[in-house]
Amino acid sequence: MDLERAPRETSLGPSIHAELSELDVLAEANRCLNCYDAPCTRACPTHIDVASFIQKIGTGNLKGSARVIMQANPMGASCARVCPTEDLCEGACVYADDDRPIRIGDLQRYATDWLVKSGVDLFQPGRATGKNIAIVGSGPAGLSATRELRRLGHAVTIFDANPALGGLNTYGIVPFRLPMDVALWEAQQVLKLGVDVHTGVSVGDDVAPSELIARFDAVILACGMGSVPPLGIPGEDLDGVWDALEFIERAKCGDGIRAPGPSVAVIGAGNTAIDALTCAKRLGAPRVTMYYRRGESDMTAYPFEYDFAKHEGVEFRWYCTPIRMLGEGPMVRAVEFVRTAPGRPSGTLARPLPAAIPGSEFVVEAQTVIRATGQSRLSDLIGGFGLAQSHGIVAVDETLRTSHPKVFAAGDCIFAKGSREAMVVEAAEQGKTAAASAHRMLCQAPAAITQSSVAQ
Amino acid sequence: MADLAIDLAGIRSPNPFWLASAPPTNSGYQVMRAFEAGWGGAVWKTLGEPIVNVTSRFGGLDFKQTKMIGMNNIELITDRPLEDNLREIEQVKRAFPDRAIVASLMEMPERRRWHELVKAVQAVGVDGFELNFGCPHGMSERGMGSAVGQIPDLVAQTTAWVVEVSRVPVIVKLTPNITDVRHTARGAVEGGAHAVSMINTINSLIGVDLDSWKPIPQVDGQSSHGGYCGPAVKPIALNMVAECARDERVGIPISGIGGIASWQDAVEFMLMGATNVQVCTAVMHHGFGIVEDMIDGLNNYLDGRGIASAGDIVGKSVDRMTTWENLNLAYKVVARIDQDVCIHCNKCYIACEDAAHQCIDRVVSSDGRDTVVVDESECVGCNLCAMICPVDCIHMLEVDTGEPSQSWKQRQALAGLETR
Ligand SMILES: Cc1cc2nc3c(=O)[nH]c(=O)nc-3n(C[C@H](O)[C@H](O)[C@H](O)COP(=O)(O)OP(=O)(O)OC[C@H]3O[C@@H](n4cnc5c(N)ncnc54)[C@H](O)[C@@H]3O)c2cc1C
Ligand SMILES: Cc1cc2nc3c(=O)[nH]c(=O)nc-3n(C[C@H](O)[C@H](O)[C@H](O)COP(=O)(O)O)c2cc1C
Ligand code: SF4
Repeated sequence: MDLERAPRETSLGPSIHAELSELDVLAEANRCLNCYDAPCTRACPTHIDVASFIQKIGTGNLKGSARVIMQANPMGASCARVCPTEDLCEGACVYADDDRPIRIGDLQRYATDWLVKSGVDLFQPGRATGKNIAIVGSGPAGLSATRELRRLGHAVTIFDANPALGGLNTYGIVPFRLPMDVALWEAQQVLKLGVDVHTGVSVGDDVAPSELIARFDAVILACGMGSVPPLGIPGEDLDGVWDALEFIERAKCGDGIRAPGPSVAVIGAGNTAIDALTCAKRLGAPRVTMYYRRGESDMTAYPFEYDFAKHEGVEFRWYCTPIRMLGEGPMVRAVEFVRTAPGRPSGTLARPLPAAIPGSEFVVEAQTVIRATGQSRLSDLIGGFGLAQSHGIVAVDETLRTSHPKVFAAGDCIFAKGSREAMVVEAAEQGKTAAASAHRMLCQAPAAITQSSVAQ
Repeated sequence: MADLAIDLAGIRSPNPFWLASAPPTNSGYQVMRAFEAGWGGAVWKTLGEPIVNVTSRFGGLDFKQTKMIGMNNIELITDRPLEDNLREIEQVKRAFPDRAIVASLMEMPERRRWHELVKAVQAVGVDGFELNFGCPHGMSERGMGSAVGQIPDLVAQTTAWVVEVSRVPVIVKLTPNITDVRHTARGAVEGGAHAVSMINTINSLIGVDLDSWKPIPQVDGQSSHGGYCGPAVKPIALNMVAECARDERVGIPISGIGGIASWQDAVEFMLMGATNVQVCTAVMHHGFGIVEDMIDGLNNYLDGRGIASAGDIVGKSVDRMTTWENLNLAYKVVARIDQDVCIHCNKCYIACEDAAHQCIDRVVSSDGRDTVVVDESECVGCNLCAMICPVDCIHMLEVDTGEPSQSWKQRQALAGLETR
């Protein structure tokens, strides 16, 4: 990847995780009990040996610490910043019940920051196998699969529609959570293993899926999800109405986004909505309000995200849904909402749909409206590969093989809405799994990465 | 308010807490400040022929982030002229007549020189002498300190020279750098000592710098062995106190020294037979102010147990120390884990599995929780799991084996064998 051509980012204010001081790092590291069969490691989707990397920080062995992290999780530096640790390792820490779990995420950040600064290369490509694998999408899933395949000695070619690698890590996660330079550094670490990269190439438009299947020994589909679908209400095409992902991307890249507002309305209550809200706030909008058709207890954003948004000065309106956007010339100027009532529990729906209350319509002024009601699925691309899918979710077996024997899939494109939100760390683990499965298919051998491919 | 006053072989002080002979007692200014803070006594920094010190002098042992669980030093005795020290001793004693001032002495092994030194010092009015036969470094190469203290006959002889002319009680400070402290303690008794104090510092090298490869502390790139002290040495000191306390041929009062930093430490030394305690490293770490809680804590401890005087606890645990052959082989304790407090770190499991007797099992309880459970029929009662548990939820319970009490010695006797 040509880093010169990488997008320039704006940080939009201080990181939401303050860096630990050297003294705090040691205090936290020494507080860790070094549990046996530790719950933190069991809770990590990539099974980072948390106790081990923390003990290594304690002995000043930062290279060893970073290796433990990055070996288990090729996205270890991003995950140190973006993982919902309260739900994962820190939530499982034996000290969590006391409300003082070890600050695993911050320690992981310390070790990986050291790695970034040190310039040390931890991994080396394996001995060439002569096999060639295509990766569609260079987000966490695609990069993670690439790294593992290169360590196993397979040649890898990445295709990504974006100009820079990293997927949502680079473009979609707000900079005050994950700065772009960390995402790009992590992509660069993978590229250093020797990868053929085709950016700005949209598979399905610029290259046919059938061509990839024919040209490569295996394909890993890691295309993520699509844009936020339209709400399907009048006025949605007015200027000033945004897809949350596009809004965040433009804000993160610092290109051509005017100060939003003064009044900003965000529709939806997931983690993406929180990111859009806080982004708008940090871009200088004085009034930023979230509107949600359900109640506070139904919101899908993590509690700590919600707290963060409140802390940033965001306002919340529950039980209302937009029915119309009102314009002034080409620009949006207001949104009309109708109040909703909690839906009746029904046997078939996990979450009952709220019902509009007739006559309860109201209009709020908004010069910026942001849709954050979830991402659409890339059904066309999946269809282009001829893969079995269910509403845009690629069907895979437990080895992450799709209905086509040469095609594997990982990351958000196989994410089925469940108890958890989509996460970078899950995508990274699935990338590893898909790589191991492709390797097993190509070499009829389990994916044993030899020590020689770990720089000592 | 319990009576904290003590009497060590005739040396009285209002509380058992004395400063050990060391940097905190280097000058009248410091001892004056210490007495203002409440210290009951002070053993003046060792007097003798003034010496020249080196820089640097100390090295600290940290454990994880805990600073100075031990320290060592290559400092020698006082580097100030005798007349300055004597003048200041006189001034301090006048300002604080109720506190104990003991002069620590070190001299070449010559009767005449010891006599002169003792006479000169007692002329200014000290409450006692402490003979420094302990410093393991520097002075020992010149035939003083532990060079004397390691040989019971030399201890006896030098002590006798001092006792000949001393009008105040004489304490002999023992070195731990020997195999059996009772032999040198008996030497002190033979020479007429009125009390023994222990321990002085332990031969040590605190560390090596990983970047420069220089030993620590370094003097122009080199080092030499030093004396080790601080919290890490407490168990060694406590054992030596206990050994002397239960030796009939020692039988004189003991002043306990070595790693004492709190009133709890002091209570342990006193239970094991020390009449009072001396402190150095803890003051070097935190200043004289630590004595306030030492006094307050000891007082509350005694009041809480209805004990009228600090002297009443001295030696109360001594006869619980015996030799291994007398321990009851039929006695049994086993570990039990309080499941309500357990945080599931599994540290007890891995410790028992890898380093003890493989008698802790990981089982899923009926309500689906991961638990660790002791197999009490296999548990040998070693204490390891209870020691490492971070939340102290493992308790050692006595179990009735149904067997009569029997020691190894008794068992051997029954079998018609000698124990040794
Ligand atoms: C606003 C927002 C905030 C988030 N915050 C967090 C967070 O804090 N913590 C967390 O763990 N997760 C967070 N997530 C989720 C996380 O970003 C995703 O789960 C993760 O990035 C999924 O990785 P992926 O590799 O599957 O897909 P993506 O990161 O989406 O990458 C897919 C890549 O595929 C490329 N691609 C798509 N179609 C084509 C095509 N036809 N041809 C070529 N290339 C194509 C795209 O350009 C992209 O680079 C957030 C998501 C969003 C939207
Ligand atoms: C820097 C230093 C100098 C010392 N100097 C003397 C000394 O001159 N005479 C002496 O009898 N003991 C000396 N000691 C030993 C202490 O009196 C004491 O026996 C030892 O430090 C153990 O006690 P502690 O661990 O509580 O400090 C010295 C100790 C230190 C740390
Ligand atoms: S659970 Fe907590 S204390 Fe135990 S190893 Fe993990 S981080 Fe350390």
